[in-house]
Amino acid sequence: MSENIKVSASPHVRSQMSTSRIMFFVIISLLPATLYGIIQFGFNSALLVAVCIASCVVCELVYVKLMRLPVTIGDLSAVVTGLLLALNLPPTAPWWMGVIGSIFAIIVVKMLFGGLGQNFMNPALAARCFLVICFTARMTDFVYDGVTGATPLANIRDGNPVDLMDMFIGRIPGTIGEVSTVALLAGAVFLIVTGIIDFRIPCAYIVSFVLFMGMFSGHGWSIEYLTSQICGGGLILGAFFMATDYVTSPITKTGRLIFGVCCGLLTGMFRVFSSSAEGVSYAIIISNLLVPLIERITIPKCFGKGGEI
Amino acid sequence: MRKCMERLFNGLFKENPTFVLMLGMCPTLAVTTSAINGIGMGLATTVVLVLSNIMISVLRKVIPDGVRIPAFIVVIASFVTIVELLLKAYIPSLYAALGLYIPLIVVNCIILGRAESYASKNKVIYSAFDGLGMGLGFTFGLTCIGIIREIVGAGTLFNMAVMPAAYEPLTIFILAPGAFLVLAFLVAIMNKIKIAGGKDTGVGGNCDELCRNCPNTNCGGRTLAGKDAD
Repeated sequence: MSENIKVSASPHVRSQMSTSRIMFFVIISLLPATLYGIIQFGFNSALLVAVCIASCVVCELVYVKLMRLPVTIGDLSAVVTGLLLALNLPPTAPWWMGVIGSIFAIIVVKMLFGGLGQNFMNPALAARCFLVICFTARMTDFVYDGVTGATPLANIRDGNPVDLMDMFIGRIPGTIGEVSTVALLAGAVFLIVTGIIDFRIPCAYIVSFVLFMGMFSGHGWSIEYLTSQICGGGLILGAFFMATDYVTSPITKTGRLIFGVCCGLLTGMFRVFSSSAEGVSYAIIISNLLVPLIERITIPKCFGKGGEI
Repeated sequence: MRKCMERLFNGLFKENPTFVLMLGMCPTLAVTTSAINGIGMGLATTVVLVLSNIMISVLRKVIPDGVRIPAFIVVIASFVTIVELLLKAYIPSLYAALGLYIPLIVVNCIILGRAESYASKNKVIYSAFDGLGMGLGFTFGLTCIGIIREIVGAGTLFNMAVMPAAYEPLTIFILAPGAFLVLAFLVAIMNKIKIAGGKDTGVGGNCDELCRNCPNTNCGGRTLAGKDAD
């Protein structure tokens, strides 16, 4: 009889979700965009993806071994960082740029601040900005069909026409992962349906971005212009896959809305008023820095402490 | 004489203004884009530091306590003006590179800090060596940062190419963020060396090998390392 009674401490009901499972789902959701990028841009982009993932994992392993910490590469977060970093590189980037970016992302941004859960900004985006500052020419050298061309965003900025359908499917020059809006949206829908990411951040991001562009871009509320701004550049990739990073986004629901609005307004500001056509990566890492402040002002009240007596 | 040597050693290593006291961060971060700028800034500061320490130490019984800070500033500003005019006359290239940071030596907290905490209380000869030690320590710190930033960020050292031609410089290191990165890494290395050479804090009794939860940071993981060796 007593064999049938198991005594254990609470909690008695556990979720199947673990860090490695969440990361695995994120990897699956990024696969369509990754595969599209590799098929479109060829061997070098596949090499970059492999190099970035491998060097991120190796960096983390070496660091935890040197510092005598528990080995954490099993949670797959380094794989996700490497994959996101590769998707943020132009397809012509040499492999050593992936290595340098991975070292910066994992060692400087993530592990030195205490590893997963402690990093103050998205490691992949921080590494992308590091590389953009270091190798500006290489990071803005976009080739499509063997021809170096301007990205759609740069074309819009110069007043040239763009084909919306090409931008939606991905027949445009750009970084490996950002070109195909439809592949990214497929992954994003998967993440939202499985409950991995919260719809609030991307929705607030895109809505506030569109409102800002409508008001300040000087093109008015032209549907064509606004759609091309949404599909162009890294907006979809950033809004669904990088702004929603658990570690660097707020926990509270109101906070997530505020965070998304911050990202949207900053992206709009950079795209309209700065010297470069793209601004998603800077917008997200600056908003990452605001997260502690956003969380401080959106702490929910304890039960019974809400109103005046 | 031994005390003079002790002051020199103190400024260079034990209380290095850049890596230990963290004083004078403004010129440290701003002008160290190349090794020669680091040396130039460090030596200019050293000259001012030694002279002002001597002068303030000489005047330490004359200066009334209530107005000592303005008095220190007047002394320091006089020497800075002299150094600035000399640099402008004889090394115009360095003067152009350092620019605004030469007059800003006046408000460098190392100089005011040494005047306040050492020169105004000690004899002239010791104050002079204290200034020399601190100044050389500052020069050492700035030169280290400048050398690393120049090699990594531009591929050169003292304007001579030292890296292979295929090397593509990481431009960020000669921009402002690179200064913070290099300074942080050098301070981390200095702390590592200091902890390794430090005395055992004798906390072994309470050590449960969970360093991440342990409030005692003085041991620097040494107790755990010692147990591993066993």
